[in-house]
Amino acid sequence: MDAKAVIACRVAQEMQDGFVVNLGIGTPTLVPNYVSPEVHVTLQSENGFLGMGPLNGETNANIVNAGGQPCGLQPGAAIFDSALSFALIRGGHVDLTVLGGLEVDQDGNLANWMVPGKMVPGMGGAMDLVTGARRVIVAMEHCTRNGGAKILERCTLPLTACHCVDLIVTEMAVFRRDENGLVLEEVAPGVTEQDVRRCTAASYRVAPTLREMNLERIGARAIL
Amino acid sequence: MKRIGWADVGPLFRDGMSVMFGGFLGTGTPAGIVQAMCDADLHQLTLIGNDSGLPVPGVSPLIAERRVSRLIASHIGTNPATGKQMMAGELDVELSPQGTLIERIRCGGSGLGGFLTPTGVGTVVEEGKTRMTVGGRDYLLELPLRADIAIIKAKRADRLGNLVYDRAARNFNPLVAMAADVVLVEADEIVETGEIDPDLVMTPGVLVDYVVLARSN
Repeated sequence: MDAKAVIACRVAQEMQDGFVVNLGIGTPTLVPNYVSPEVHVTLQSENGFLGMGPLNGETNANIVNAGGQPCGLQPGAAIFDSALSFALIRGGHVDLTVLGGLEVDQDGNLANWMVPGKMVPGMGGAMDLVTGARRVIVAMEHCTRNGGAKILERCTLPLTACHCVDLIVTEMAVFRRDENGLVLEEVAPGVTEQDVRRCTAASYRVAPTLREMNLERIGARAIL
Repeated sequence: MKRIGWADVGPLFRDGMSVMFGGFLGTGTPAGIVQAMCDADLHQLTLIGNDSGLPVPGVSPLIAERRVSRLIASHIGTNPATGKQMMAGELDVELSPQGTLIERIRCGGSGLGGFLTPTGVGTVVEEGKTRMTVGGRDYLLELPLRADIAIIKAKRADRLGNLVYDRAARNFNPLVAMAADVVLVEADEIVETGEIDPDLVMTPGVLVDYVVLARSN
């Protein structure tokens, strides 16, 4: 089972009917594939519109998503300038944002925009999104390519924002953050609590209701 | 507004000028004006805009030809030449969160002395800035940005300079059009005064100094 599909499928269950949602580039863009047909969300694109949809038919060079890739507009879409776009984001008019992460720590701090000396792409809209959206979900693979933990006691990379993360969804687990820190709420099918502990460098509590991630929409079985 | 030809575009620029540009990853950046700037053999430019271009070229030709000594942007990751010149110490890059950058530009064009934003509190963006607490929440004081000249891409201009933008090519353009001493527009189409419904004007013509017709027409 593809880790990205597992993550996207689980994140999709956080969508609520009527939500305005901003999806970051990468894995978050897969989320709409797994949203229940009864749940209708409006996708916001930071470059200036509401009502982003899949590309259907011809491309228009001036209709592109936040990654600069051609996309479509849903009937009823609205286009605006970047000042209004970020007023929507900072002003709490976006219900939910889903972004990738390099590191998240037990205080909900997020680092996802630069690796000093290696990768300095710039923060783009990420800092505004995680500061202003009503709810922030980090959708990322549980470990680095070298097997290192990404969920840490304290982030080591430059932060995107402090105390901003509400939910972490990986291919192994779901952590929710409350006022006391992180709570492990779900594990993926075939993953044990011990597996999660081995791959996680943060302190967290285990929910008494710890349960298996629901991956019905991709028909998941053994993942690891 | 004065309608000009392509031969008149280069002479509007000088070495060392600050140039604010519309566009998001090149979409909505006036490609013809960028080319005319390259042809004008300019140096030591300061560019202010969202990013340094690509997948659509945007301002990337100016970076590639090393015409830029300073860049204020929110994102440079799609144009590797920008990062290389920055690491080599040849290009001074100031990164500003996108929502902060566009609001600084809005302030620069709106007579405002700055604004308070929660974005960047507790991050490297805070370095050198004043933190203020209002109503129990922390904010950074961010200051306005203006430029010597703004370069804009419009779908349609009328003879007074009233502008309409196309789809997501609008992005930074209407804000940039307010924050520079000289405003230069590349329009896909120039129509007679009155042909644009007043309700649909996105940038009022009084803000526009020069319009040049895009070459593909």
